Amino acid sequence: MNPQEIADRVVDLVAGRAEAHVNVLTGPSALTRFANSFIHQNVAEEQLEVSLTVAVDGRVATRSGSRIDALEELVESALEAARLRPVDPEWPGVAPPEPIADFGRYDPETASAEPARRAEIVRDFVQAAPQLRAAGYCSTSADRLGFANTAGHRGEVGRTVAILDGIHQTDASAGKAHRASARIADLDGSDAGAEAARLATGSADPADLEPGRYQVVLAPECVATVAVFLAAYGFNARAHIEDRSFVRLGSRQFDPAFSMWDDPEGGLGFPVDVEGTPKRRVVFVDRGVSTSLAHDRRTAGLLGADSTGHAVPGGAQFGAFPTDLVVGPGDRSVEELVGSMERGLLVTEFNYCRVVEPKSLVVTGLTRNGTFLVEDGRVVGAVSNLRFTQSFVEGLAEGAVLGVGSVCRFADSELGPTLVRAPAMRLASWNFTGGARG
Amino acid sequence: MARRAVEAALAGGADYADARVVVLRHQSLSARNGDLDSLVDSEQAGLGIRALHGSSWGFYAVAELGNAAARRAGERAAEIARASAMVSGPKMPLADVPVVTDRYETPHQEDPFSISTGEKADLVVGVTDLLRETEGVALARAGVTFWDTEKWFVSSQGHEIFQHLVESGCGMSAMAVGEDETQIRSYPQSFGQFETGGYEVVRRWDMPSAAPRIAEEAVALLRADPCPSGEMDLILEGSQLALQIHESVGHAIELDRILGWEAAFAGTSFLELPNLGSFRYGSDLMNVTADATLPGALGTFGYDDEGTPAQRVDIVREGVWVGVLSGRDSAALAGVNPGGMVRADGYNRLPMVRMTNVGLLPGSGSLEEIIADTRRGVLMSTNRSWSIDDKRLNFQFGCEIAWEIVDGRKGRMLKNPTYTGITPRFWASLDRVAGEEEWVHWGTPNCGKGQPMQVAHTGHSAAPARFRNVRVGVRA
Repeated sequence: MNPQEIADRVVDLVAGRAEAHVNVLTGPSALTRFANSFIHQNVAEEQLEVSLTVAVDGRVATRSGSRIDALEELVESALEAARLRPVDPEWPGVAPPEPIADFGRYDPETASAEPARRAEIVRDFVQAAPQLRAAGYCSTSADRLGFANTAGHRGEVGRTVAILDGIHQTDASAGKAHRASARIADLDGSDAGAEAARLATGSADPADLEPGRYQVVLAPECVATVAVFLAAYGFNARAHIEDRSFVRLGSRQFDPAFSMWDDPEGGLGFPVDVEGTPKRRVVFVDRGVSTSLAHDRRTAGLLGADSTGHAVPGGAQFGAFPTDLVVGPGDRSVEELVGSMERGLLVTEFNYCRVVEPKSLVVTGLTRNGTFLVEDGRVVGAVSNLRFTQSFVEGLAEGAVLGVGSVCRFADSELGPTLVRAPAMRLASWNFTGGARG
Repeated sequence: MARRAVEAALAGGADYADARVVVLRHQSLSARNGDLDSLVDSEQAGLGIRALHGSSWGFYAVAELGNAAARRAGERAAEIARASAMVSGPKMPLADVPVVTDRYETPHQEDPFSISTGEKADLVVGVTDLLRETEGVALARAGVTFWDTEKWFVSSQGHEIFQHLVESGCGMSAMAVGEDETQIRSYPQSFGQFETGGYEVVRRWDMPSAAPRIAEEAVALLRADPCPSGEMDLILEGSQLALQIHESVGHAIELDRILGWEAAFAGTSFLELPNLGSFRYGSDLMNVTADATLPGALGTFGYDDEGTPAQRVDIVREGVWVGVLSGRDSAALAGVNPGGMVRADGYNRLPMVRMTNVGLLPGSGSLEEIIADTRRGVLMSTNRSWSIDDKRLNFQFGCEIAWEIVDGRKGRMLKNPTYTGITPRFWASLDRVAGEEEWVHWGTPNCGKGQPMQVAHTGHSAAPARFRNVRVGVRA
């Protein structure tokens, strides 16, 4: 059975005894991992996950499973669990029928990619700098999501994702390159390997730098991490309702050069969320002004709004999250951003970022895979990784964004790849609180 | 079925193969402000097989349970491993382990899945009601989580092992919200406490009894003074010390990290194998073991996912680094005994080196005595944030709450406490560890590692301890 047929079958089994929404995810997923310049772990799976949410007179339970031969048991146990729990006062009902866009992001070549195809890309990455040590992965997945609910809303959508993410290493440094696309044909291992190798060799002799406040040029990976934290802790309607968010709608909380929105059409996510709502384009920050929140059906119901189509698994507890974020590009090249900096740091990537205080969004983390000192507009050397403790909101406040790169690309983030397209960005001040010596 | 998969992998040219059939049940209930906001049940069943060919593991997983699917998985695993030869390295050796046929079951008293959903729901909803009885609590949360895992392991060398693992946990938190800040208190620790065992774990931690104190502390934190900045003595309560051990010892001693296998994602380690047996990790009071046999601890099992028996391994002895976390392949490369520390997150993930129960052995005395013995310092409790670099050297932790210590007395409450340091320097400053009476097997249910990402359940035994001259009060 295809995922749509499985979903329809589950709704049939509910047989009018409850409101119900079911999602069925299928498809191949594979990841070829390399380290010390050879493939050491090479994995693949046939995905199958059925997730059913039922509401019996407002009593809600969710049950998921991977056994297609046990759908009746899945349905009966979900109904039984729901009957035993209290009424959920926030239950918003299942999503009504609505057309779902097809963004045409299912690439047959990616869907059928064999391990040898991924190995070729890895080989090209490694051979771009055979004198260095390479590590990373090349993955492909071809997901099909079928869904159906008791309101008559049903459909099936597909997507493919191909990712190449790798580093080259010297004894004292590393450089990274990241590529993501719906098409495996877009992954150029040689080009990515050369980029990673340039960063690694360029930072091969790092010096220790005194912590303190520095101007920074943040590469897209850093900006992507800032974006996902802003979204999860700020523009999440659940956090806003519970007064845990820094967001004040209608206020200029950021520099006019900073805009951020969710654009499902240009992203790599599904066009529909886990509640069956079509994902909508939502502008969170419009030229510095906080404008909107990401909603699922629960938070939309509480605030009298419409769901924006950003429900995620676990959202009843944590709220909504946009999976196709864009940080608005500017008009500068990275060279121009660096060239206009009198003294500061060029940071390739953040690592291990964690929230110290959620409402002010103070985050601590480290730099990784290439940190460079810039003086008089030129990179003058590499520096050892630094720790920062910085409010992400203050870091982007009015007057703090001194330039934005023109190239906006898929960038890896602290919460994973494919979530954000981001440019490089030059900021007036970033608070580095520790270095190699503590 | 697992045997069919292994046979197919060998027929496909694998040098070695093993397979796991796993049936995993999971249930979690959570409440928020008097309402049950989530009731989730899942059951995952499938087969995962790994095949070794030359320098690479090939792995394939299917959600179907049947001989045809098993054979298909075995063939695909071998094919994937063979494809790796395009970018190959040195042949991967496997250390010898005993070939056994055995069964293991987690000792437990009450099957958590036999307790009614209604009783569990009443507990978590009732706890949030109790938390909200304290004026100023804006967000009260409570939850319980259970796992029941059955797995059958078969290898081409003849292993046949069945295990039934039962894990249970609970937790609650109270949040108070100020103008530009939130303050939170959690119990038994942040994210809750998890152990191997049944529903008795939830009863023993008795969330209702602790609710009033937790709620009052959350509200009081809004009015508390900020933690001062500077170098001073730091006393860590046990659950925070457990996370300190997890991040700055547990991950650093993973042999796959030391060998560079995790370099691109989780990172490497500051530890270098030639220094095993001589590197000074910390003070003489630092004695760390990795012990998968500790009754009740979250990282306890009978056999790991390579069929290696659970065991206790010395990691740090009187401050000297003497052991690593290893699997059969990494141990053979490093020339150490395989430690039985390879586990996977479900049937559809490749087993990899994971912590078991990596804990600091107890010392003597009590937290009260350590406080009385401290002239100037802070006592920090319950993790709020954690971050460490990709070599496990430079760390920074935030805690939910602290108290000033002046002249041997616990004084004013402090908010937003943080501390930072460099791993071996920090552990060298360890000068007091409380005794066995305050030694707890803390459980961490959310240890992320690997690509695709895997989440492991690990244990970290710890009693309160003191560190001298630590940098505290890092601010934005």
